[in-house]
Amino acid sequence: MIWNEEIETMPLENLKNLQSERLVNLVHYVYEHSPFYRQKLDETGVSPSDIRGIEDITKLPFTTKLDLRDHYPFGLFSLPRREAVEIHVSSGTTGNPTVVGYTRDDLKLWSEVMARSLCCAGAKPGDLLQNAFGYGLFTGGLGFHYGALAMGLTVIPCSAGQTKRQLKIMQDFKPDILSCTPSYCLYMADEAKEMGLDTRQGSWRIGIFGAEPWSTSMQKEIEEIWNMTATDIYGMSEIIGPGVAQECTYKQGLHLFSDVFYPEVIDPDSDKPVPEGQDGELVITTLTKQAIPLLRYRTRDVVNMTTQPCPCGRTSPRTSKIKGRTDDMIVVRGVNVFPSQIEGVLLGIEGTHPHYQLVIDRQAHKLDEVEILVEVDEKIFSDEMKQMRMLEQKIKKEIEGVLSIGVTVKLVEPKTIQRSEGKASRVVDKRVL
Amino acid sequence: MKVRQISVFLENRRGRLYEVCSLLGEAEINIRALTIAETESFGVLRMVVNKPAAAIDLFRKHHITANLTDVVAVEVPDKPGGLAEVLKVLSNENMNVEYMYGFVEKFSEKALLVFRFDDPERACKVLASAGINVVGEKEILSL
Repeated sequence: MIWNEEIETMPLENLKNLQSERLVNLVHYVYEHSPFYRQKLDETGVSPSDIRGIEDITKLPFTTKLDLRDHYPFGLFSLPRREAVEIHVSSGTTGNPTVVGYTRDDLKLWSEVMARSLCCAGAKPGDLLQNAFGYGLFTGGLGFHYGALAMGLTVIPCSAGQTKRQLKIMQDFKPDILSCTPSYCLYMADEAKEMGLDTRQGSWRIGIFGAEPWSTSMQKEIEEIWNMTATDIYGMSEIIGPGVAQECTYKQGLHLFSDVFYPEVIDPDSDKPVPEGQDGELVITTLTKQAIPLLRYRTRDVVNMTTQPCPCGRTSPRTSKIKGRTDDMIVVRGVNVFPSQIEGVLLGIEGTHPHYQLVIDRQAHKLDEVEILVEVDEKIFSDEMKQMRMLEQKIKKEIEGVLSIGVTVKLVEPKTIQRSEGKASRVVDKRVL
Repeated sequence: MKVRQISVFLENRRGRLYEVCSLLGEAEINIRALTIAETESFGVLRMVVNKPAAAIDLFRKHHITANLTDVVAVEVPDKPGGLAEVLKVLSNENMNVEYMYGFVEKFSEKALLVFRFDDPERACKVLASAGINVVGEKEILSL
């Protein structure tokens, strides 16, 4: 079932006209409402009247995560804060988190794209959804919730965690759909086996997984274990939350809802568009958002896109799974982690600047684990064990406070962290995705 | 009358203690007393050696994290209750022992112990005024 047939199957030419009209309106809107964009456009020498259609989008300046951080908390809002009805927060690169706001119409948009996503994954009105994405500041839980309400699902707002209870709900309520991070889905499989459950007999027909990178082989594994169709969802809080793109049951890429989120794929070094099908950085312009519309937002996600027709009938372009990042961000258990956050914490402790390394690992069917190695130099070394253990605890607590996920800290000897050309590599990702 | 102790940060891995000790051996530095405190992932090796300054230079050169700490070496009668007598003095003066360990070798008819205090200066005075023999670095080096 296609939720918004008119839009989702619109001929590409008509879609282009719609995008053009929306872009022209958007540029006028941000120029009038947002001091940030007015200044940015003035500096770039672009006047709203220069933008006559979607092909003019390349004249517009980019927006980055740094812009959001530098204008913390509400500086990128195009409307006064009181016009927003909801606010979400995600982690930032350093210091301040990223704050996004939604007007009532923005929430309608979010509900719309999430309803499209759920249908795209194969959901039907009346289906029972077990939503195991976290509810709260993270956009995952509520995004699915709004979409479920909009398309007429029955939603169980489980949120993440409490695995035994999740499995009991699955056995007793027989939900049709599961939404969570792919690693949590596998974690639940292990727990289920320990409880003596036959996962192939599980009730979930469809799984919608996202908020962290995962591979096609992991997707097949999940489908095999749970006897379900596993689909990929893409999104980020800066754009809207989940609901930017969703895989259909043909699994030939993720349909990106380009009538509202206009995608470009660019070469991150030259900033020029790359030919269709070639890898590049995904850049998104939110065409209709009100509270915090973004022009050409640099997602830092590497993808390729195609406009080739999909057997499902949807005409919106499809992106590949995320192939990597153009920065050093890593996603752990659905949380964005930047090495610079760790650096900030270590700098704050005793004012030292020790070498460190993040090691991310995922044992088979377990949740991602983060270990932080910190080299002990003379400045932080003490002959008293009490002091050393306190140091270890302090680093752990402060990093956990900043990242909102559990970590282990390991104090190591100098020069144990490998350096290349004098620079230590900050992240070792051992996960087999 | 304080004695310099060398403390070394060590990861818990096979052969590490041997590596550190053989470095000292090659440099002809003699270990007089030694103790290790450890957690499951790392340990702190504490030593009194005959050439503390040379030892710290050696460790720095090999990128081994080490530092010097002042400790107090005390002669304790080698008989039942010997240590208790010393501790009684400290307890009466409200002095907290951070950690302590014994010497590898005997010093005359008495045992030698190394104490780590917050305030080693005061500890020396307290012990000396109670008639307890605090041993200096020179005496230890001449062992």
